[in-house]
Amino acid sequence: MDENKIKSPYLKKNSRRREWKEKSIRFFFMLNGYTAVLFLLLIFIFLIQEASMVIVDSGILDFIYSHKVLEGGAEVRVFEWYPTSEDPRYSLIPLIMGTLMTALPATIISSFFGIAVGIYLAEIASSRTREILKPVIELFAGIPTVVMGFFIIAVVATFFQDLFGFLNRLNAFVASLGLSLIIIPIIASLSEEAMRAVPRELRMASYSLGATKWQTIIKVVVPSALSGISAGIILGFGRAIGETMIVLMATGNAAELTVDIFRSVRTMTATIAAEMGEVSHQSSHYYALFFIGVVLFITTFILNLIASLVLGKMNKNRKFYE
Amino acid sequence: MNDPNKNKLVYSTPKKWDYKLSDLLAVNGIRFITGLLLLIMMFVLGKIFIEGSGSLSWSFLTEFPTNNMTEGGIGPAIFGTVTVLVLMILMAVPIGVCAAIFINEYAGNTLWTRIILLSVNNLAGVPSIVFGLFGLGFFILFIGQKLDEVLQTGLLFGQPAMLWASATLAVLVLPTIIVSTTEALKSVPFSQRAAAYGMGATKWQTIRDIVLPQARPGILTGIILAISRGAGETAPVLFLGCAFFLPDLPIGYINMGLFSIPMINPTEQFMYLSYHIFILATQSTNPMLTKPIQYSTTLVLIILIVALNLTAVIFRYKFRRIIDEIRGVSS
Repeated sequence: MDENKIKSPYLKKNSRRREWKEKSIRFFFMLNGYTAVLFLLLIFIFLIQEASMVIVDSGILDFIYSHKVLEGGAEVRVFEWYPTSEDPRYSLIPLIMGTLMTALPATIISSFFGIAVGIYLAEIASSRTREILKPVIELFAGIPTVVMGFFIIAVVATFFQDLFGFLNRLNAFVASLGLSLIIIPIIASLSEEAMRAVPRELRMASYSLGATKWQTIIKVVVPSALSGISAGIILGFGRAIGETMIVLMATGNAAELTVDIFRSVRTMTATIAAEMGEVSHQSSHYYALFFIGVVLFITTFILNLIASLVLGKMNKNRKFYE
Repeated sequence: MNDPNKNKLVYSTPKKWDYKLSDLLAVNGIRFITGLLLLIMMFVLGKIFIEGSGSLSWSFLTEFPTNNMTEGGIGPAIFGTVTVLVLMILMAVPIGVCAAIFINEYAGNTLWTRIILLSVNNLAGVPSIVFGLFGLGFFILFIGQKLDEVLQTGLLFGQPAMLWASATLAVLVLPTIIVSTTEALKSVPFSQRAAAYGMGATKWQTIRDIVLPQARPGILTGIILAISRGAGETAPVLFLGCAFFLPDLPIGYINMGLFSIPMINPTEQFMYLSYHIFILATQSTNPMLTKPIQYSTTLVLIILIVALNLTAVIFRYKFRRIIDEIRGVSS
């Protein structure tokens, strides 16, 4: 029986006025609830509407490539993002590449660190160490990204420049280092939770078969917690794609198509952040930026949805053990 | 056999000498990686603290920037941050908390509410820059310009301003507030509500006098976390009225006869702490000269965020204790 359906029995005996009051209060809360949901729905509708203008305007293929006429009259297919030139080109390929070149290394680095920290917290640390370490790591997750961006350009970028002499001081690599710092806490806390949820009996069985601690961790605990760990990695990846300030400050913001991780790149988020301030309203550049916004919105929404579905499935499986 | 440990699982850890070498290496490797990460974190915070605490003083916190941002303080940035956050809370908390009350207390656990909660939860992960796009396109260019047309105010609302920045931040933190309030309401046991109904209270009386007071620390935790999130965000306010430098605080005066009452003018531009860091670090005329100011501003923002988060931790602890107490009595 649904608990919320239970009404106060006293209500039946109440006067009409009181019943009316209860109903109007319910209506007031309902109004607020629908307003909140409406606002959140409005974001999506509004973004789609603005972005669809550019598709009607120039077609979706313009976001992949455009044709450039060379001096001899020959046409070549180019993948360029030059929205402000006389012959504006809106290819998203360099921006998507930029996003992937910062987000993928960041996810790989932080998966390594995050899972290791998760294993430490769940399996190795004593409960007292865990009580102290967990809040510290969570606190670190709350540090504003602009601080990380600042730290990267003030300290880390110069350090690596002096060490290796990169062509660009600000490049995809240092940006991905900054991104990892904010993703590690996410992956660490989710993997820790997933591993702690693994029933004790599984570990007992493994020990009784003569397995060592590390064998138990790597062959029993981690595989059974795999769905939670992968949810953490997916969430971290989504966060890396959507992060703005670190990549805006630390990638160097050159919208060039490159696969060299030590060169300057430009991500989708940084493009919106850098260009939205100057763009004129209702130009095709304005709509193109909204199109990038829609791409970001849908990508991260799907990634988050996958992560929460995986987590939901994990909780169901856990109930099976109990 | 009367073994006292019969029903107790004995943790049969292998003896130290049973460990293989690889086992020892792997476990200590994990310890080492965790230690390394902690060292990196300490280094980041320590560096900012050491470099930033030098020029931190009362006058730095209150004064205006002078001499083309290379000297002076961050007073207006702190003022702008606080006012924007207050406006944001005034907009987001009533809607968010009431929405959560509706979802948890009135709507019940239906498929529809589960879908709504799932999408609200996922919206918390949508990039903040997308919220900035929404704020510019919807609040400023759509609502603001419509308001100007209707009210005949020229160009008052249809431009980046404090009002729209806080409205956008309010939409940004709305999912956080809804989710945390729903969690807090959910953890108040049903027996409490049943007892209230049994005493003859109506639904609203139960919510007002029983559920909300017990859930209050939990709700406050969510609100404080929302403030901390709003204070840390830079991307959504980038093009919503953040100013590089303003000679005056965004204050307007309302004249009432002899008195003129200073009021915060939400249609003005403002300075914002996190944006200030961004501007100082990337677009300063002399980045070397402003280095101490950059570090100090960063330190101020970090202290603000850490203080907020610590308060949230304390409230959460208090909330858990209250709920445990209730559970202990009612079960």
